[in-house]
Amino acid sequence: MSVLLQVDAVGKRFGGVVALDGVSLRVDVGEIYGLIGPNGAGKTTLFNCMTGLYTVSSGAIRLDGATIHNRKPHEIVARGFARTFQNIRLFANMTALENVMVGRHARTRAGVIGAVLRDRRTRAEEADSRARAHALLEFVGLAHKARSLAGHLAYGEQRRLEIARALATEPRLLALDEPVAGMNPAERRQMADLFLQLRARGLTLLLIEHDVKLVMGVCDRVAVLDYGRKIAEGPPAAVRNDPAVIAAYLGTEAA
Amino acid sequence: MVLLAALLIALPFLVEAGLGRSWVRVLDFALLYIMLALGLNIVVGYAGLLDLGFVAFYALGAYLYAWLASPHFGLHLPFWAILPLGAALAGLFGVLLGAPTLRLRGDYLAIVTLGFGEIIRIFMNNLNAPVNITNGPQGINLIDPVSLAGISFGRTQELFGLTFAPAHFYYYLFLVFTLATIFIAYRLQDSRIGRAWVAIREDEVAAAAMGINTRNVKLLAFAMGAVFGGVAGGLFAAFQGFISPESFTLWESILILCMIVLGGMGHIPGVLLGAVLLTVLPEALRYIGDWQRAALGRVVVDPGDLRMLLFGVALVLMMVYRPEGLMPSRRRQRELHAEDGVAAQEQASLYDSRA
Repeated sequence: MSVLLQVDAVGKRFGGVVALDGVSLRVDVGEIYGLIGPNGAGKTTLFNCMTGLYTVSSGAIRLDGATIHNRKPHEIVARGFARTFQNIRLFANMTALENVMVGRHARTRAGVIGAVLRDRRTRAEEADSRARAHALLEFVGLAHKARSLAGHLAYGEQRRLEIARALATEPRLLALDEPVAGMNPAERRQMADLFLQLRARGLTLLLIEHDVKLVMGVCDRVAVLDYGRKIAEGPPAAVRNDPAVIAAYLGTEAA
Repeated sequence: MVLLAALLIALPFLVEAGLGRSWVRVLDFALLYIMLALGLNIVVGYAGLLDLGFVAFYALGAYLYAWLASPHFGLHLPFWAILPLGAALAGLFGVLLGAPTLRLRGDYLAIVTLGFGEIIRIFMNNLNAPVNITNGPQGINLIDPVSLAGISFGRTQELFGLTFAPAHFYYYLFLVFTLATIFIAYRLQDSRIGRAWVAIREDEVAAAAMGINTRNVKLLAFAMGAVFGGVAGGLFAAFQGFISPESFTLWESILILCMIVLGGMGHIPGVLLGAVLLTVLPEALRYIGDWQRAALGRVVVDPGDLRMLLFGVALVLMMVYRPEGLMPSRRRQRELHAEDGVAAQEQASLYDSRA
């Protein structure tokens, strides 16, 4: 297995608060890697460091060998690393289709002159963006909602639209921040299926999730964060029985 | 379509016959303001960057025209050579203004851009010493009129058996530029760039996370808006034959912003409507003075004051009853009537929880 994402002793502090304390992990090509941990463990902070929304205080992050920490978000997307957000951040007043087409931005070129003249290349590019966006909406089961405003979609649909939008950037690695939060069991099963389909398409997934059952069900490997440190890593079954993990979630007897 | 074209072509003569020649000038100004409003609409309506100093770009375009086509420096370049320069200069200043304000949003951005607009005006007001560049508050006079195919737009002439006053010539010139502006605005709106602007307006973090270089795309919005302003400024200078800093006050920026807000921010037909209404209505209200004289024998309320009052009342009423503008885009309407959307969503999630 070749390494896709390498996180090397990443630290992040906000003033005096240490949010991440030397976290290292490795995501291999083609796996679903789960990141779990209690609230405030630093999972989303790590995501934000990886996707360029935060700068790291120390350490390094590499995607396929190239350094990506402290780069701009759009540069990281261009390298093939897309994400979704824990609190859905769609472009609420754009249609579902437009949302996904925005995701094509990094993979398209047309500038002002192309937009005004609408030359053959721009038209072809636009048609291609539209076709791919429709295909992605179809893939996440939202083809019938293409013309609805994103803000009008139901909660579960918004989650799926966010995934379609991220997929439009043609990522190799897709990071999902609590993608099934607030979903009912039926929707959760659908999402789990979607993740497995994405893996089957050759995508690598990085998953932050609270739903331990889902994580255990779909993830190939799992890392557990607590107070900004990685306390366990390995196959789901092993991690589940790790005493440190149990202590982190349930508290130790001494406490 | 043909009907509309015929109407637009005949309009200045119809207006002249019905209302008098001064109204043809009002038409010309309506077209100028449409160009300005469409330019500002890119910055405010699409990219969501509140710019209160837009008139600065208008001023730059106008002054550049005056410098290159008047006795002030003794230069007399043709207008088709100056307008691209004016557009480029305004675009450059758009980027110069945009660059330091990239991190600012909302109120803070508004204050900085307001300052920028005032700085340009004050420069124009004071750059008459030690080297006389702008001729200070007196402004620059005797600016060359546009001259095309041997016809000077500055003189009244007989053509095809019709009397063409300067206002007529400029109407057709401005009409061509306005139509081009509308065309460009539409093309930009429905493009990769236009979507990126709206995405930034909607959620800048998410836009960046979708691969949009938010810095460049925002600068592009400033530059494109400024280019529209610069071209309109050049046309204005040629049309008036005289410019001074007085034409480029904060009031102008506010007026252009009002046109967008009144008509429907981010929606091209709405912006057109707003620009036309806010140019034509104040002129129409001038008649109030005449009516007073006819009815009461003297002018009780100065029409100038009354215009401002009615204008203010109209805007307040708009903000209360129709904040999305007279002809809003679908997006805008939804945003400002969010209750409906929330209700729909609540219903949907209720439905979901039963499954």
